[in-house]
Amino acid sequence: MSDLAAGTTGRGALDDLAALDASAARDTRAWRRWLRNPNSLIGGVIVLLVVASALTSLFWTPYNPLAVDPAHALAGPSLHHLLGTDEYGRDVFSRLMASSQIALFVGALSVLIATVIGIPAGLLAAQRPGAIGQVVLRLADILYGFPALLAAIVLAAAFGASKTTVVLAIGISYIPVFIRVTRSNALVVLNSEYVLAARAYGRRPLAILRRHVVPNIATTIIAQMSLLFSLTVLAEAALDFLGLGTAAPAASWGTMLQSSQNYLGNDALLTVWPSLAIVICVLGFSLLGDGIGELRDARSRH
Amino acid sequence: MSLLEVRNLNVSSGALSLVGDVNFEVDAGERVGLIGESGSGKSLTALAIMGLLGEGLSASGEVRFDNEDLLAASERRRCELRGSRIAMIFQEPMSALNPTRRIGDQVGETLRIHQNFSRRASEKAAIELLARVEFAEPERYARMYPHELSGGQRQRAMIASAISCDPEVILADEPTTALDVTVQRRVLDLLDRLVDEEGCALLLIAHDLAVVSEVCDRVVTMYGGHVVESGSVAQIIDEPHHPYTKALLATSRALSVTESASGADLPSIPGTVPSAGQFPRGCPFRDRCDRSVEACVEMPPTLTEDTRTLACWNPVERVERVSDGAR
Repeated sequence: MSDLAAGTTGRGALDDLAALDASAARDTRAWRRWLRNPNSLIGGVIVLLVVASALTSLFWTPYNPLAVDPAHALAGPSLHHLLGTDEYGRDVFSRLMASSQIALFVGALSVLIATVIGIPAGLLAAQRPGAIGQVVLRLADILYGFPALLAAIVLAAAFGASKTTVVLAIGISYIPVFIRVTRSNALVVLNSEYVLAARAYGRRPLAILRRHVVPNIATTIIAQMSLLFSLTVLAEAALDFLGLGTAAPAASWGTMLQSSQNYLGNDALLTVWPSLAIVICVLGFSLLGDGIGELRDARSRH
Repeated sequence: MSLLEVRNLNVSSGALSLVGDVNFEVDAGERVGLIGESGSGKSLTALAIMGLLGEGLSASGEVRFDNEDLLAASERRRCELRGSRIAMIFQEPMSALNPTRRIGDQVGETLRIHQNFSRRASEKAAIELLARVEFAEPERYARMYPHELSGGQRQRAMIASAISCDPEVILADEPTTALDVTVQRRVLDLLDRLVDEEGCALLLIAHDLAVVSEVCDRVVTMYGGHVVESGSVAQIIDEPHHPYTKALLATSRALSVTESASGADLPSIPGTVPSAGQFPRGCPFRDRCDRSVEACVEMPPTLTEDTRTLACWNPVERVERVSDGAR
């Protein structure tokens, strides 16, 4: 019987060589892959710019974004006012900068609400596919069937239009997205052999979620967060446009767009600037999300 | 009383029976081989022993470990036993390691779970364990990720993890099947040596009788979710009574170069293993068996004789040298 696979001892050297090859691949730094991917590169740069402008606007803008100057109302772009002024003579560029604060603030908070509730609920649904999981999924379906816009209108009617209304409406409406993404990705990990192996080591279910599931789905979740962030910016602008969010004097891309439509004939550029800001910001976050997703896929091909 | 006793173990998926009335035991320090083709219920039996059956599968009967019924035990209790007193090695070393965690981290994981090792202490222990499973530079490999290791290296790492808490029994589910033929031998020898050094019992699942006969003391043959024959390695190899064991033996022998004559057809078992629920009534092997008789439509009783068991209506009684049959 011993002749079955005889003559194959002493393969250690070959094994070791194979491993050396593989460790060279690891030296490709993560940031180089990041820069080589056009999506993550462009998306990253745009997001950095938006964040930088929001941070700058906290303590400096070319003009006070709320300062009225009737003498220079509806002035076109010039060296004094880079992007011109609006109907009250307020500097458009300063207002765009100030608006990025609101966009990021609303985006961050609503994504936070959606993840803080959605991720644990998704993990629960994956871990307990029985009755508990079904209940979680059906609740998610109910939330899913309730559009963000409608939720915002209801909330605005009940508590008045404010940033909080927008954050709550968008945040809550994205909870089911995170439940689903988390659950489906967690299920893949939970059904993997290495989770079976971890259970065979004697790991408890909670520890398996913490040690194996969460680290393995983190990139997917982060990519999803970035994608949803871009949608949040869009939704925030829409709600502000409808007058359900940020109140009048404060600058936001949605309110700027809303007031500019009265002056389409006089100064069409007024409409262009906030629209462009929204497009660029949305594009940045969704490119970043795509890029992170692609980097993850490239890594998992190992 | 044996260390591990499997009594009337049944595994079913709803109304569909996948493993039926499996009985065998593993004594302390004993090495038992569980053989059969894919789809015979070997892996399910092992998973049922570990309490790791997938969603929708349920086990009944008894799995007594150190006189404690594992099937009746709480999940909490089973978590305590898994890894510390009963360890398992899986078939696919590629997927049984978490791709995002370093080898040293995973090899030391069992020690952290069961013996409260700190991260640093388990890292140190992992390096020693890796050295025991013949890694030339254990410190370097401990820092690597699974994708940087070859299949054989990964399986050795899994073995290191399995022996880390000095278990009393190791269940090895086809530990060499997924490996290159060239490294199968090395991994098998390693497992053989470590089980010897640790003095633990081994339940080795394989579909190759040759592998089992080298490592094990006893053989249990499964087909269609049932144990069809069991006995000592010498008894089974020299004198298989069940036609299925005999056929397995013939296919296994034919692969060893020295014993197969040139020009002869490779012996094979006619037909394929049916999928679950498609097995014939009565003896599950009867429609592939060349010795089936009328009685085979009834399930044959399992007869025990000394150290052997057999479930067949028309066993191979005479001493037919299997290798002769292959020529």
